[in-house]
Amino acid sequence: MDDLINDFLVESNENLDRLDSELVKLETDPSSQELLSSIFRTIHTIKGSCGFLGFSKLEKVAHVGESLLSRLREGKLSLTPEFTTGLLAMVDAIRSMLGEIQKTGQDGNESYPELIETLNKLQEQDQSPAPKVKSASPLPAGVPNPTKADFMQDVLAKSVTPATDPVRAELPARPHPEPSPASSPAAPEEASATPHPQEETKAANVPGETIRVDVHLLDRLMNLVGELVLTRNQITQFSARQSDPNLASPSQQLNLLTSELQEEVMRTRMQPISSVFDKFPRVVRDVAMACGKQVLIEMEGKGTELDRSLIEAIKDPLTHIVRNSVDHGIEMPDVRIARGKRPEGRLKLSASHEGGQVLVEISDDGAGIDPARIKNKAIERGVITAPQAAHMTDGEILNLVFLPGFSTAEKVTNLSGRGVGMDVVKTNIDRVNGTVDLQSYLGKGTTIKIKIPLTLAIVRAVIIQSNGKRFAIPQLNIQELVRLSAESVQTEIESVQGVPVYRMRGRLLPLVYLNEELKLATQADKVTDLDEATNIVVLQANDHPFGLVVNEINDSEEIVVKPLSKQLRGIKVFAGATIMGDGKVALILDVVGLAQRANIFSEAREHALEEKAAEVLTSQAQNQAEKQTFLLFAGPDDSRMALPLSTVARLEEFPAGDVEKSGGEWVIQYRGKILPLIRLDVVLEERRTQLRHPKLGVAPDPIQVLVCNDERRTMGIVVERILDIVEDRAEVRSPAVREGIQYAVVINDRVTELLDIPALQRIAESNRTLSTEHAEVVD
Amino acid sequence: MFGVELKKVQEVIRYLEITEIPLAPRVVSGLMNLRGQIITGIDLRRRLDLPDRPEETPPMNVVIRSADGAVSLQVDEIGDVVEVTDESFERAPETLQGKVRELILGVHKLEKQLMHVLDTEKSCETAETVEVGSTP
Repeated sequence: MDDLINDFLVESNENLDRLDSELVKLETDPSSQELLSSIFRTIHTIKGSCGFLGFSKLEKVAHVGESLLSRLREGKLSLTPEFTTGLLAMVDAIRSMLGEIQKTGQDGNESYPELIETLNKLQEQDQSPAPKVKSASPLPAGVPNPTKADFMQDVLAKSVTPATDPVRAELPARPHPEPSPASSPAAPEEASATPHPQEETKAANVPGETIRVDVHLLDRLMNLVGELVLTRNQITQFSARQSDPNLASPSQQLNLLTSELQEEVMRTRMQPISSVFDKFPRVVRDVAMACGKQVLIEMEGKGTELDRSLIEAIKDPLTHIVRNSVDHGIEMPDVRIARGKRPEGRLKLSASHEGGQVLVEISDDGAGIDPARIKNKAIERGVITAPQAAHMTDGEILNLVFLPGFSTAEKVTNLSGRGVGMDVVKTNIDRVNGTVDLQSYLGKGTTIKIKIPLTLAIVRAVIIQSNGKRFAIPQLNIQELVRLSAESVQTEIESVQGVPVYRMRGRLLPLVYLNEELKLATQADKVTDLDEATNIVVLQANDHPFGLVVNEINDSEEIVVKPLSKQLRGIKVFAGATIMGDGKVALILDVVGLAQRANIFSEAREHALEEKAAEVLTSQAQNQAEKQTFLLFAGPDDSRMALPLSTVARLEEFPAGDVEKSGGEWVIQYRGKILPLIRLDVVLEERRTQLRHPKLGVAPDPIQVLVCNDERRTMGIVVERILDIVEDRAEVRSPAVREGIQYAVVINDRVTELLDIPALQRIAESNRTLSTEHAEVVD
Repeated sequence: MFGVELKKVQEVIRYLEITEIPLAPRVVSGLMNLRGQIITGIDLRRRLDLPDRPEETPPMNVVIRSADGAVSLQVDEIGDVVEVTDESFERAPETLQGKVRELILGVHKLEKQLMHVLDTEKSCETAETVEVGSTP
């Protein structure tokens, strides 16, 4: 097509977009000279070009609009919603004619006679007590002319979508009172002082600071940079293996330059999301008028920047959601008032950056979505069964709306409700690796959150292997890497409800075996795997962590993400493909898809896992003996004995002479107190021992005493020698063979007797009564 | 014997290393690296429900420009380029059954044999849907 016509089309379409938002803004600020002039100029330009290029029908429509605008600008007429509607209709007509030109080179067969007539009539309308435009001529004197106004309404009703009565109401107004035709003239200073709503007007396009670039050119640039990154990867790999310093330095340079280039090129493609958001005031106005509802739209974060392709991708989904909100979400004004809400519904759009992602939120204060209705509809459609539904949380039920064919709208309007909406929204968002989530509170409103990763094409990824096949996992999703030795595999991987889990720092991590999910493994493989170490990649999928078991974990690399062709897009476990340094193709895993396929997500299962985790940990604490610390010492006859270190307060040494006898027991003065002593060789007396060592009675000097406390009192246990302090699980036990011993246990691979202090005390007491034989010991 | 409209063919290439795709439909043989571009390989035998190529016979790649990017149809052999006119064209005979019928636009009567004109767009589609894992 002719370059000239091409340029005309591009420019005119842009201008029309701007007209849309300016006209809607004008409604809230009808006397703004700036807006009026801008709108007038735009239409004038279009009219001029059409005339020049010979598009007469287009020219006629533009001409009528221009005249109307001219009178508005001069203050001879003032803006009413009918005007705005008429002008917007003109914009649409022009747009459709531009479409014709694009297709056929001519402006089509439609000459829009009704529209022209309407706009003409609007011009001739005798508006009486109109509020003043600042720089304008004297107030048109006059009496309100009801008959003319009614006639106007009729005419409009035929050519434009029906407007409802309260004229003021349809305005997607900003929260400041707008003047209406019959109201008193506004204060002279007001309009000019009103701060202009749009920040874009400030983005002055000073000539020389920006240029127009064909988007296809940018796309090609992006591709080239992608290829460059791949080649750079290859060179980096290669030079890492060489030790030639002449190669290392330029290779390093290349690395840095490529990264920078990549960043800058990506920035050229960034556009503020306002290019999408700006369309919405008009959309909201149109839908609201058509439904007879009142909606205020608020937008935040218009400056948030996204890659061009992302903007394209979310345009339609967002539009659909916005229309849905107005059409189905926000209630009719009388219903709202009955519910104690304001008659105007509020629709809020906000965009922001958050950790490498763009977050777009659309929330309304409408009727909300009723989970019960969704549930019933879903069961009715056979999407889920009743028992399944009983197990689902409200959150899960609400997210059912994203399934194909789902619409609970009572009436299907031509705006929305055909049930082809939300699932397409989800598909589109999925396609750019984003997520969409819906929250709703019955009677209060609905919020939809969309998250999209910022950088589309080049990501950092970890390369893994499973059964000899290579896969890439985006680093963003990876929490950590764990390697389990073959023995640990046996002990630390358990099974909960049939799911293998790994106990990691007190939490149970569900495991997914990659070769099983991808059906790579054969039965034989599974058996041999048990002997080898296991690698687990801990992944995060939408706040649900899980472990992916793979054979090998290789390096981390920057890879270029290439989308999968449409035949493969249905395979949810893959997010795309990439070409590795060696030229071979590797698939990129989609962590969320993988988790879904492996059924990680079910909330019910999550609960089960958590409960089990708690259970397992407490039982572990109780049953399994933790490692304990023991004090090892030599008892009578050099027998090995021990006490838990926690029961021993101090280790002391006393000269034998300090031992005294009092009240039938041996005591020693200790720290201002009288410490009773227990002699093991006496208390644990055994006939066999006596026979072997008749001279048992000789006490060593100095004596070794373990000062122990129990509930009732402090005492000292006299031992032969203190040996060591050790830690041991002390699991292997056998019951005691004599009194005073708790049990015999293996500590440090030797059989050791564990003393039972309370028992020893009892024995000591009972022995006291038979004191005579023991008196010799002390000497 | 099949024919493909020449202007739809980007190139013909003998052998490209192919990476298999787990969980993909059977007709998709895998992905290949064609000078930096990743293209999907569709095995025409499988697409036509014919028995598989014998082992050890590598396929030839006919790279097609499809609506969705480049796709390679993997075939047994490449023959000549022939020019045909409308006169030799006929719609598929009624007796032709099965997948072949779905995937051809018609037939040209050549001197010695019939050449089935392959519908490249359809051939590049996969008939099966992939099992994706449970969704409620």
